[in-house]
Amino acid sequence: MKNPLDSLWGTVISGLVITVILYNIVKFALQ
Amino acid sequence: MGDFIQLGLGRWLHILAGVMWIGLLYYFNFVQVPALAEAAKDGTAPGITKHVAPRALFWFRWAAVVTWLAGAMILGSHFLDAFLFRATAYYPIGVGAWLGTIMIFNVWVLIWPNQQKILGLKPATDEEKAKARRVAFLASRTNTMLSIPMIFFMVASGGVFKTAFFG
Repeated sequence: MKNPLDSLWGTVISGLVITVILYNIVKFALQ
Repeated sequence: MGDFIQLGLGRWLHILAGVMWIGLLYYFNFVQVPALAEAAKDGTAPGITKHVAPRALFWFRWAAVVTWLAGAMILGSHFLDAFLFRATAYYPIGVGAWLGTIMIFNVWVLIWPNQQKILGLKPATDEEKAKARRVAFLASRTNTMLSIPMIFFMVASGGVFKTAFFG
């Protein structure tokens, strides 16, 4: 599998995915 | 007066230095790396690696230090509440602070020492330079990736913004 960090789009999309995951974890923890 | 300096001026400095740090990080990833690949084809890369990269790296790594220290100053007595997730109010900034801390670790432990080898500021064999190039590249890309959630949690950590995101 290609490393997503080798492309700029892969890097940005990975960052957005991590944001959504962490956001939901924190939102759940704050409920 | 204490709040004026710690929270007011502290946050201003945190954002000023943070813009310089992350701005230069984006410059490296979105501008310099692709430009160097093109410049290598027509022999103009040394202009960038000799005159631009060392200056950009200087401001980049020291802006990272100022950003982190100013952030620690803003947290003040709540530093451990954020980093150890001791109070729910500090969960969002705790995540942002951890992401920023991982990023400054990458700057000083992975990016800067390897860039010194790549730019010839530290002696290295061709094999060591090739390895250094890959490590520095991936650490820089990791920071670009982490900057996205890091900035999200920074802007989602206070007042009306926190309420907007987390209720």
